[in-house]
Amino acid sequence: MADFLQTLIIAITLGSLYALIALGYTMVYGVLKLINFAHSDVVVLGAWLSMTVAVFLLPRIGVTGATWWAGGLVLILAMLLCGAIGFAIERLAYKPIRGAPRLNALITAIGVSLFLQNFGQLQFTLIPNERVVASGALQERGQDPRTIRLAETVSIESEQKYAVRLFKNSAPEGATPQTRNIVAAAGTYEAGRDIAIDGGVGRADTRDARYEIVRIAAGAPLKLPFGAMPAGMPVLFNDRPVWEHVFVSETEHGRLEKPVRITLLDLTIVGTAVALLVGLQILVFNTRVGTAMRAVSYNMETAALMGIPVDRIVSMTFVLGAALAAAAGFLFAVKYTQIQQPAHATWVLLGLKAFVAAVVGGIGNIRGATLGGFLIAFIEQFGAYAGLQVGWANASAYTDVFVFVLLIVVLLVKPTGIFGTTVREKV
Amino acid sequence: MLLNVTNLDVSYGAVKALHGLSLEVDEGEIVTLIGCNGAGKSTTLRAVSGMLRPRGGSIAFEGQNVTGIASHKLVERGLSHVPEGRGIFANLTVAENLALGAYARKDRQSLADDHERALVLFPRVKERLKQLAGTLSGGEQQMLAIARALLARPKLLLLDEPSLGLAPQLVQLIFSIIREINKQGTTILLVEQNAHMALAVANRAYVLQSGEIIKSGPAKQLLDDPDVKRAYLGA
Repeated sequence: MADFLQTLIIAITLGSLYALIALGYTMVYGVLKLINFAHSDVVVLGAWLSMTVAVFLLPRIGVTGATWWAGGLVLILAMLLCGAIGFAIERLAYKPIRGAPRLNALITAIGVSLFLQNFGQLQFTLIPNERVVASGALQERGQDPRTIRLAETVSIESEQKYAVRLFKNSAPEGATPQTRNIVAAAGTYEAGRDIAIDGGVGRADTRDARYEIVRIAAGAPLKLPFGAMPAGMPVLFNDRPVWEHVFVSETEHGRLEKPVRITLLDLTIVGTAVALLVGLQILVFNTRVGTAMRAVSYNMETAALMGIPVDRIVSMTFVLGAALAAAAGFLFAVKYTQIQQPAHATWVLLGLKAFVAAVVGGIGNIRGATLGGFLIAFIEQFGAYAGLQVGWANASAYTDVFVFVLLIVVLLVKPTGIFGTTVREKV
Repeated sequence: MLLNVTNLDVSYGAVKALHGLSLEVDEGEIVTLIGCNGAGKSTTLRAVSGMLRPRGGSIAFEGQNVTGIASHKLVERGLSHVPEGRGIFANLTVAENLALGAYARKDRQSLADDHERALVLFPRVKERLKQLAGTLSGGEQQMLAIARALLARPKLLLLDEPSLGLAPQLVQLIFSIIREINKQGTTILLVEQNAHMALAVANRAYVLQSGEIIKSGPAKQLLDDPDVKRAYLGA
């Protein structure tokens, strides 16, 4: 019961975030029939920009600590900044090729994505938090290229915490060294012995070079546009538990107590996400501008004949999608404070799964994307839960697999998605 | 002169659709363009309403040059276009479709009156306001398209093949409505395959062939023209 509830809480939280991101994909597809691959990169920028705002702006205007409006302010600023980015993306990258074949737009989208990823990587990075524990000249390669000979004694606690950096002596100051992981077992290695590393050292690499073994500590500081900062998102929301229950069960090993708690932070995340989801539904289905958006998505040419300024509606769609992406990025960073670099697989997967949510729900369909987001989260979380229940110990490593299996099944059974209608080709 | 089209050239890629087409529409008239498939009738309307950018020539509306102006801005100026195939938003309700017709309008007050007036002309549309527009029959969709265009309060209404695919009875009804709309003060430029009906309802007519105007004159006169009779009236 405890595990079930815990899974449910995570599924709802993640689902609301997937839904927020999926909406951006689906709205842009709706109006332009374009898969905006750059969308997931806007999520990343949203997370990192909100962190930048939280660290550098809030203290300057005298806001400290976890007051609800500190978080609210960061959220709004991140949404505005990313909205502007979304606007710029559409105007600079997509508008000039509006009339071109769809494939051109698709390639452009991939280009924009790569640009944002690399731009983000330059602006926002984790500064490796490492300490040199051993160093020396690299010996001429011996029998096994997958080892290096140690010049001084080093003790390894866990291979995951260490890395080997290889420096060319002739390389300029500050040049990026080659990095290898240590694969030797934990223990003390004396000078003169070989230590196994991942990938090995080529013959060319060993000439006139030295090595350093560094210990990498958790909690890397971050480099942001205005300077460096300690690791992770600062605390913006109160994390006090609002509901707590300890489940007690009798097992063969004795009494087992499992506490389940819902924190104020969980409620804040889900509450914010759901408020935005509902807000968007109202905007799209109950306002003049929303009606115009749906008209543009149905037929751009005829929409213009109604007096609808199509370009402005398309821009607005991008701005809305990007703002929602920013909100999702922010909420994600608030929940998982150990933020990853812009090009990290965590972000790629987050964006990809949200895209799957949009496709599963029926791309172009707003309600579909919302439902798809929750569906994806439930499949991945409860897939792992069910696996564990039947004794599959490794099930939680397969969450991504469940999601993509669902995608394959949906594409086979109902390629247009749950809410999708048959594609209407314009003549 | 409400609409003045001079020496209009339009091409689709390398294919010339209109060459040197000129026509004019005076206030209060019903003017019709007749001709075969591919003669350039729809192209003319699409160029006038800003959906196509002409290669050459000029379009003046109310004496002002509007060549190359975007469609949505022309609607504000009083030029509405009911496109071929009706251009109904099937994913929206009938009421939402009507609301979009008035999208560019700022005078909320008189809009309500126009709404009433438009729906008096089309009682069948009024019965179905909450329905999805895609569920309407072809005739009802055509009526919705015209009602929607009227809500923009156009000075000039462009109608592209309003009778296309409709039962003869409905064609009669649509044409009587067109006459009524004109009587209430809206100028109409009508494109039709059904030359008989078009000439019967119009004041003046132009005959298009291969992107050029080959004949023009009062509609009554063209009804009796032997060439027109042979080519377009099937007599």
